[in-house]
Amino acid sequence: MTDNITVTVNGKQHTATADDRLTLADFLREKLRLTGTHLGCEHGVCGACTIIVDGSAVRSCLMLARQADGAELETVEGLAEGGKLNRLQQAFKDNYALQCGFCTPGFLMSVTAALREGPVRDEDEARDVLSGNICRCTGYQGLVDAVLETSKEMHS
Amino acid sequence: MTGTIGASVKRREDDRLLTGRGRYLDDLDLPDALAIAFLRSPHAHAKINSIDVDEALQAPGVVAVYRGSDLMAIHKPLAPKVQHPMLKELPRYPIPCEEVHYVGEPVAVVVAENRYLAEDALELIDVDYDVLPAISSTAAALAEGAPLAHSDADSNVAVTLTQRCGDAEAALNSAPNRLSGEFRVMRGGGHSMEARAVAARFEPATGQVTVWDTTQSPHYARQQLSMIYEMAEDDIRVIAPPDVGGGFGPKAQFYGEEVVVPWVAMLLGRTVKWVEDRQENFVSAMMERGQTHRIEVGFDDDGKLLAVRDHIEHDQGAYCAGLQVPSITTSTVPGPYKIPNIHTELYACYTNMVPTSSVRGAGRPQAVFAMERMMDRIAEHLDLDPAEVRRRNLIQADEFPYRVGITFRDGSPLTYDSGDFPALLEGTLDKLDYERCKRERDQARAEGRHVGIGIAVYVEGCGLGPYEGAKLRLDNRGKILVTLAAAGQGQGYETVYAQIAAEAIGVDMDLIEVVTGDTGRIPFGQGTFASRITATAGPAVYNAGHQLRERLKDTAAHLLGCAPGDIEFDGDRATFAGDAEKSVSLQEIARVANIGKHGITLPKGIKPAIEVSSYFAPERAAYASGAHAAVVEVDPDTGGVKVLKYVIGHDCGNVINPRLVDGQVIGGFAHGIGNALYEEPVYDAEGQPQAASYLDYTLVSAAEVPRVELFHLHTPSPLNPLGAKGAGEGGTIPAPAAIANAVEDALRSIRHRGGVEDGRPDHSGKQPPGGRARHRLEGDADGARSATIQRSPRIDYAPVTPHRVATAVREAGH
Amino acid sequence: MKPGRFTYHAPRSLDAALALLAEHGDEAKVLAGGQSLVPMLNFRLAQVDHLVDINRIGPEFAGPKVTGDTVTIPALVRQRVLERSAEVAAVLPVFAAALPQVAHPQIRNRGTVCGSCAHADPAAELPTVMSVVDSTFRIASARGTREVDAADFFQFHLTTALEPDELLTEVAIRVPQPGTRMAFKEFATRRGDFALVAVAASATVDESGTVTACRIAAAGVAPTPQRLHDAEAVVIGSTVDDEAIAAAEAAASAAVDPTGDIHATAEHRRRLTAVLVRRALAEIKGDQS
Repeated sequence: MTDNITVTVNGKQHTATADDRLTLADFLREKLRLTGTHLGCEHGVCGACTIIVDGSAVRSCLMLARQADGAELETVEGLAEGGKLNRLQQAFKDNYALQCGFCTPGFLMSVTAALREGPVRDEDEARDVLSGNICRCTGYQGLVDAVLETSKEMHS
Repeated sequence: MTGTIGASVKRREDDRLLTGRGRYLDDLDLPDALAIAFLRSPHAHAKINSIDVDEALQAPGVVAVYRGSDLMAIHKPLAPKVQHPMLKELPRYPIPCEEVHYVGEPVAVVVAENRYLAEDALELIDVDYDVLPAISSTAAALAEGAPLAHSDADSNVAVTLTQRCGDAEAALNSAPNRLSGEFRVMRGGGHSMEARAVAARFEPATGQVTVWDTTQSPHYARQQLSMIYEMAEDDIRVIAPPDVGGGFGPKAQFYGEEVVVPWVAMLLGRTVKWVEDRQENFVSAMMERGQTHRIEVGFDDDGKLLAVRDHIEHDQGAYCAGLQVPSITTSTVPGPYKIPNIHTELYACYTNMVPTSSVRGAGRPQAVFAMERMMDRIAEHLDLDPAEVRRRNLIQADEFPYRVGITFRDGSPLTYDSGDFPALLEGTLDKLDYERCKRERDQARAEGRHVGIGIAVYVEGCGLGPYEGAKLRLDNRGKILVTLAAAGQGQGYETVYAQIAAEAIGVDMDLIEVVTGDTGRIPFGQGTFASRITATAGPAVYNAGHQLRERLKDTAAHLLGCAPGDIEFDGDRATFAGDAEKSVSLQEIARVANIGKHGITLPKGIKPAIEVSSYFAPERAAYASGAHAAVVEVDPDTGGVKVLKYVIGHDCGNVINPRLVDGQVIGGFAHGIGNALYEEPVYDAEGQPQAASYLDYTLVSAAEVPRVELFHLHTPSPLNPLGAKGAGEGGTIPAPAAIANAVEDALRSIRHRGGVEDGRPDHSGKQPPGGRARHRLEGDADGARSATIQRSPRIDYAPVTPHRVATAVREAGH
Repeated sequence: MKPGRFTYHAPRSLDAALALLAEHGDEAKVLAGGQSLVPMLNFRLAQVDHLVDINRIGPEFAGPKVTGDTVTIPALVRQRVLERSAEVAAVLPVFAAALPQVAHPQIRNRGTVCGSCAHADPAAELPTVMSVVDSTFRIASARGTREVDAADFFQFHLTTALEPDELLTEVAIRVPQPGTRMAFKEFATRRGDFALVAVAASATVDESGTVTACRIAAAGVAPTPQRLHDAEAVVIGSTVDDEAIAAAEAAASAAVDPTGDIHATAEHRRRLTAVLVRRALAEIKGDQS
């Protein structure tokens, strides 16, 4: 079956058709052409497809598009502010927290959600916040530094 | 000079990648592209009796289904990348028709309106197989009377590679001390976060096919396609998209899917796209690592190496995609040590598992694991400090170029170009604060904790030939376009090669644009592999930059009426000795020399078309080097290993962008930690993969990778004008060895529990006299020398997973 | 890795959900958090004709409730919500100890407590905890409702007492008696992985410090969470002294008969069980080990 669903993505409302079995990740990528959200494993481990649904970071490969009908979604495309990198994005850049960049949108969304919940105080906490996403390039050190730096700026 | 080489310039790539505007293959807008899915063999070894595709053809949205036998025009073997005259080559077809040789091998291809429908159709294809016995280890491959991995082969041995220097046999027989060990390094994968993908579009009007491919080697792919399709190379354009989500080796290989997808586009006259999903990636992207080493060393009473002999079994997988990995292994064994007698003998075996080829480290981690584990065993045997044993054997800084006496995989004598191994080791130990770590380890042992220190050193052949090239052009907007054949997968080429070009030309980086990985833009290239691009494409850009600088100055001098030597660059202008009044912009230069006026003669002295190209062919490989040191704590109750401290000393010659080099090293280290402690694509005895999801194949997260302290040496390579060497793999190579050494050291403290000294832990950190663990030597006639006494747990595997630690503890009798 | 074809249903009430399950029976599967089911669908290891998404059956199923001596966890309580519930932590702190070890926040944000129980992975944390607390599984279908306890609910690897037309509507947990302490210990390969072995333990001590009641359960050693009755028996009546802990460790080791797999040998799992029992009891006793 196919049905229309309506979602708000990064503040903008979209209505499009979705097959019953279409995943939310494929809906964003194929139907809305928001290709910043990437598919790395499609079984919920790598975290590349992480987006924010109604305030919570979730795997968009493990949700069906139909389940998101009426939801508020945030994706990597919505992070920059006025065409400029936001604080977290800038910290990623300043700390060389990305290389190939494929996993980066998922990391950004996971960390965005975590930092809204409260400060990340030390390296252990930062590593915990990051542990739900896999990066094969950087060895995570730049990511840890970016999280700590942003947390300090946001929560001081 | 603008001084951009050596500066940690921020990455140009980042803004688009941080805002979701990356252009990875599956992000490219290819309207109406059909989706491709491959049906893959569920058996490790089976004869194909028949394939019925009728039902699949009727399924909703299906456009076409092809078997191997439907695509006979491309039924041609894919050539191994690196050959050997003795290699018993078995044909690897894009889609085999008669027999499959590993779980995951393609047997049919479906083209449908979307990937969901294509996967539906895969379930409707009915294949009748006769399952045949499978080989799932080198031990099984070499066992007497073993079944054959390929029914029509006469043996499972693909090739035997031998390297000799001196007379290892005689030296071992006469050595005062002799130790042997057997070490196994398990398979491991590349696991780029973006899996492989290929898309293709055929243009009937021109007869040209455009192929988008996540390959590390677009020119190699084009060459293979040109031969298989029997098409002119210029009619095939292979583009590695601007963003590729990691490579790490598997994407440098050439696969059947890369042949099938563009061919299907041509057959159908439709744009098609295949995006490998993770399930496919687990069973079809090439892997590496699987080796067993039986290594023997002879040494004098001071610990000086007299001979090494290493018998290596290499898991080649179902087909030989190239012999680069095993040949690198054989030449990496001696490492940074002076060893007068060397003998390595490698048996590359066919097995019924995914073919193997390079994965970050490429044959080196295994060799370093065997050698560095033995260096620790020598130290233990002689009751010497492991660092001291290494110190006594290192090639000294004044001994370069150093000829090891054997041959490297590039075909040249293994000759280390430069380095300072003693300084690297000492610097690493200083950074670790080795003496303090030893005290702390001994203190921890006194408290009943199991803390150990491990060191591993290595030399890494890198910067391989044959050549790499760059084209530099002043474009009509007054920008300088740097075109590389090389394709990046996250290394930051757009940044690094702009830095090199800016330095060579003497202009700001802002004026430089870099494009990569498109055979339509530059005719010749090799690809990104073997930590070679900085040392090959780097000099090419540098040399071309100097040529372009001369062309710009020459043209500007004519326009300004001065000598080329008087020209200085200021922003986007060429000036007469810095005088802004007497200057001409780069765009104006382009207007005169490149655009010209239709039909009008060029001004006198102006040479047309400001474009230069340069290809750099290194005389031979360069050699990077490094030392890793780890402190770990082991919980013998659980088998858990925690890395407390990790230091890397790294020497890759001169660096272009230090932070990007740090990123390469630390990223490589994370991969090394995976190989050391976690990653293992287990196969069962029937050749069925047992770890084909990320729940079972344990990639490391931020929680598993410790912070690394880095220490750099920069001994320039004399082999290229930048003095650069490779940086991509050094973080990975010795990590399994350093960790295993540290774990074994940590477990030394439980040696005497319940043993000779009955329950009292050994607090000294040293072995008591007579308490040295000794390995029984195979075929060693001297019984006194090979007496076996109670020993501490042995770590003979990588990865050292918790259950391996637990098993080692138990097998040691605790 | 795209799921096979199915019909998606999003009922707006419990009754509607139960009616769909009654109608489709074996051909239907309940979708709650989806963090185990959807991967299986994506791998096509599971194929269903009807997916009954219960996420819209009503907000009353979304929050844990503490009333009198009972904590109820309805069907849509996300693991992350339970983890962060101060109200629950005040009476059952073991959830706050165990839940951070369940996968990662992104999974716990969607994954439900009841869903994890209904999925019944033998290495999962929540079924193990449910086996040491005094839990009741409340089950509904169009045919009516019923209650079972943990021992009866978890039947086999990925198999529970739930019939195809039934839904686990909530888990009710009796607030432990005063003097009850609990501990949860797990050994996993990586942070967030399924446990190689996990142990949950609960002990109630009287005023003299003597244990009057004890429950210990292990994950990863049997097709369901395994209660370690022999180990419990040696702890009851003791003061959780070193001798009792050692005896419990030995009893645990003797009681389990795990199977080996690629992640751990049977022997390693047995050893881990003993070690984790020791550590759990030591924590209950108040030691730091």
